[in-house]
Amino acid sequence: MNTPEQQTKPADPSLLIMGFEVVIGFETHAQLSTQSKIFSRAPTAFGAEPNTQACAVDLALPGTLPVMNKGAVERAIEFGLAVGSHIAERSIFARKNYFYPDLPKGYQISQFEIPVVQGGAVEFYLGDEKKSVRLVRAHLEEDAGKSLHEDFIGQTGIDLNRAGTPLLEIVTEPDMRSSLEAVAYAKELHKIVTWIGICDGNMQEGSFRCDANVSVRKPGAELGTRREIKNLNSFKFMQQAIDYEIRWQIEELEDGRAIQQATVLFNPDTGETRAMRSKEDAADYRYFPDPDLPPLVIAPEWVERVRAAMTELPRVMAQRFVTHYGLSDYDATTLTQSREVAAYFEAAAQACGQPKLVGNWIMGEVSRRLNLAEADISACPVTPAQLAQLVTRIQDGTISNNAARQVLDALWSEPQGTVDAAIEAKGLKQMNDTSALEKIVDAVLAANPKNVAEFRAGNAKALNALVGQIMKGSQGKANPQQVNALLLQKLA
Amino acid sequence: MSLSLADIDRLAHLARLGLGSDERNRLCTQLNDFFGIVEKMRAVDTSDIIPLAHPVEIMGDVALRLRDDIASEPNQREANQRNAPALESGLFLVPRVIE
Amino acid sequence: MTQISSDLHDLTVAQLATLLRERKVSALETAEHFLARVAAHTEFGAFLDLQTDVTLAQARSADARLAAGNAGPLNGVPLAHKDIFVTRDFATTAGSKMLKGYQSPFDATVVAKLGAGVPGGAIGAGMVTLGKLNCDEFAMGSANENSAYGPVKNPWDLSCTPGGSSGGSAAAVAARLTPAATGTDTGGSIRQPASFCGVTGIKPTYGRASRYGMVAFASSLDQAGPLARSAEDCALLLSAMCGPDPDRDATSLDVPTEDFTRNLTADLTGLRIGIPAEFFGEGLASDVRAAVDAALKEFERLGAKLVPISLPRTELSIPVYYIIAPAEASSNLSRFDGVKFGFRAKQYTDLNDMYLQTRAQGFGDEVKRRIMIGTYVLSHGYYDAYYLQAQKIRRMIADDFQQAFKLCDVIAGPVAPTVAWKLGGHSDPLTDYLADIFTLPGSLAGLPGMSLPVGFGAGKMPVGMQLISNYLTESRLLNVAHRFQQATDWHTAKPADSAQGIYR
Repeated sequence: MNTPEQQTKPADPSLLIMGFEVVIGFETHAQLSTQSKIFSRAPTAFGAEPNTQACAVDLALPGTLPVMNKGAVERAIEFGLAVGSHIAERSIFARKNYFYPDLPKGYQISQFEIPVVQGGAVEFYLGDEKKSVRLVRAHLEEDAGKSLHEDFIGQTGIDLNRAGTPLLEIVTEPDMRSSLEAVAYAKELHKIVTWIGICDGNMQEGSFRCDANVSVRKPGAELGTRREIKNLNSFKFMQQAIDYEIRWQIEELEDGRAIQQATVLFNPDTGETRAMRSKEDAADYRYFPDPDLPPLVIAPEWVERVRAAMTELPRVMAQRFVTHYGLSDYDATTLTQSREVAAYFEAAAQACGQPKLVGNWIMGEVSRRLNLAEADISACPVTPAQLAQLVTRIQDGTISNNAARQVLDALWSEPQGTVDAAIEAKGLKQMNDTSALEKIVDAVLAANPKNVAEFRAGNAKALNALVGQIMKGSQGKANPQQVNALLLQKLA
Repeated sequence: MSLSLADIDRLAHLARLGLGSDERNRLCTQLNDFFGIVEKMRAVDTSDIIPLAHPVEIMGDVALRLRDDIASEPNQREANQRNAPALESGLFLVPRVIE
Repeated sequence: MTQISSDLHDLTVAQLATLLRERKVSALETAEHFLARVAAHTEFGAFLDLQTDVTLAQARSADARLAAGNAGPLNGVPLAHKDIFVTRDFATTAGSKMLKGYQSPFDATVVAKLGAGVPGGAIGAGMVTLGKLNCDEFAMGSANENSAYGPVKNPWDLSCTPGGSSGGSAAAVAARLTPAATGTDTGGSIRQPASFCGVTGIKPTYGRASRYGMVAFASSLDQAGPLARSAEDCALLLSAMCGPDPDRDATSLDVPTEDFTRNLTADLTGLRIGIPAEFFGEGLASDVRAAVDAALKEFERLGAKLVPISLPRTELSIPVYYIIAPAEASSNLSRFDGVKFGFRAKQYTDLNDMYLQTRAQGFGDEVKRRIMIGTYVLSHGYYDAYYLQAQKIRRMIADDFQQAFKLCDVIAGPVAPTVAWKLGGHSDPLTDYLADIFTLPGSLAGLPGMSLPVGFGAGKMPVGMQLISNYLTESRLLNVAHRFQQATDWHTAKPADSAQGIYR
């Protein structure tokens, strides 16, 4: 995966750490959301009693053979289409041979030389900078079982329920240059697989497992020796682990020690990574085409059928938000973080015809409140229709932004209430009738000759004091622009 | 080329076969005898020959048959574990695995 | 017992099926007769497991099916299975200590189809299982001396090998302990023992019969087939065994089940029999050659024409096969690790030692040898030179056959260079490998092949002729063999009664 481009691409000085450039590549195992396993008809549901979902095929009982699950292939095709990959018309299943108690056959059926999904890229925003991480491949394989290390009379217990669960292993080029970018990539990938529904994305249950290949180098140098951080099962740990690993590698090199290729585990308690007891003979998996499985052939017609049935992808939807609603790339991307947010936005935007304002309110006030409540948009007490109404009232000058925030608070606690009712109840209507305002203005001018004099003497600041007094006098209902205009006219 | 005892040990380890020293020596001789008849094969010119992984390919293109995604396998843990060497509360037991 | 039943064991599958259908004899009576005979003839070491109650229960339900009018074509006819097929009601050992006493939770597809039928599927042939038959460990061998449960003896001379790996199947059929048996053929394991024991056996096109429930040796070569006393019987059994198994075996062919008896009697006039020069060279023993030549003359009398052909890579098939088969086997046998089922060593220090001891003690010498070869040819840096090279020559060998079939309809030659040798007669494994030379090419190409008795050679031991035809033309093969058996009586010869005397 060490492409010429990687060699020549100049390092971004702002990202250098102690003069080192960070290089990160990802391997992600996404469990595919099929009903049955990849090569057997046992269920894939999580959390069943040990070995109750491991059938004869999953246990590799003598005489059993693998039979391929069409649903797993379909999901691989959907992913490939989602990230603009080439779907191989012919791909091969191979055997990866090694002994491990949770690997029932003594080999894992995977794709080696010819994977089903080839190339593609994952695009996302880091701050407001657009990033694109190239994919090498995504291939189908079977998951292993679980080794339960808690003590069984000094032994390990093996649960093979997970054995044979379909996995899509998604491999990137070493395109990432910081832990932030790596986490942003992982979040985007997570968004894509859950958006198209091929994976439930549950990281706690291990449905979405990330391994990060981390190395450091002096700018322009050859790629450094990488260490692979295994099973990063939360975005928080992901960043901690990578940052720790980067520091560790740089210190090693600074102290004149070479980095040894290794697989490391992150310990959330200590916040440190530690090398695993190196898998012996890891070097020799004796891959060969699985004689039990003829080549996987995917006709172009099948790919087109899948494409036709696929839901609108985040990238495509974001583009539509830009062209159709005139949003910025950044806003469009933010508003397509999840299908729910996007749907909420579209409902509100269409109801009031103010997409930009609606977008700002969702990204600002609404999401701030949701974050405080640690809830997502599906739990938002304010409906898209209500938000649309709120935006309308700001637009027609009935209320100020400030007042609108109070209305939002009111609806948050009183979801059944309407926007107008809330405005009335709280008396937030802006004072737009000039005669009433004039009275207040005159009164304030009369009461503050000093400020008036100062202003006339050329002290512009004095005006702000007067405006403040008038707003106060109107209990904040006056429309600031109107107040300014009126004052200047009277002081002219 | 011929296989050394070191090769035999490497292979035996990959295959997880614990060999006695006689067995080790015997296998070394026997494998080398066998690879004697393999040399002829290595000499054959096979450039631009496609390997034959599935014999029926000769009859025409073969494509992997796919199964609909239906979970129809009932829980048969008891029958499936009847031949297990060591069990504890539904789990297969093995000597402690150190990572 | 009735007059009929006293010599039931001399009847063919076809004859027994008719008697049973006409209710001249009951399935129970037939089963009892054969079980008694099996019990009286333990000297061959052919059977590894008997479950009398199971057999008799199967026979009773066969009689019930007949009474109820839903009997399969071979309803009530006894049968025994090579111990490489997993069975729910009999132990399955694959001839290995690794699987001592193993009880499968399911029946192999072939076992189900020949018996009461696949659960939820069509009704089966209705045959009754007598027991499980000895074989080389994991079907690796040509003399049945690699079984962890002792060698099988050749009914024609107890001091000789019955051949392998389906030695128990061939011996049991030859000794009239069962009218028919299943076998598996990876590099000749049906054809060679059939030849050594003077019975008829056929290996169909790779993928014809489901491999589900066959303990895997070499996945791209393993194929199930019947051994019986005539081509007609083989056709009856093969018709019941074959057919697609889409839910269980991805390599089973999408070709409908076929009645292989339909062409049995077709005329042979104008049949072109290809004679590969490479099958008749120095390596071929004169006694075998004489018997095969005589059989070819008989075919000419039947109207066939002999056509000289060439299979130039016949000799190469030995290294090619002994690289591909062990490579696949080394991977297929990794599941025998002492974790989920089967043997686990008593003493070990840790996980790795548990693997080492379990596999060292559970596998026999030949199996270890092939695991070592297979591990080597797949290992880093050797894959291209050995495994990939072998797969390429495998294609060349398959193409050679397609060239040959432009000139002929079937290919004929010896099954093995010699008749059955003495037990313990081959001191080193290589000699066994070389003796497979005539059966390996067809196996590598995945072609159907059969063995039929064509006379006797040195020591009055049977000689078999091999017939090979193109993919999916088993009915042609069986027709050719059947016409020969209509014209000759080699297949009816039976071994002189051994020590304990034939049961009467």
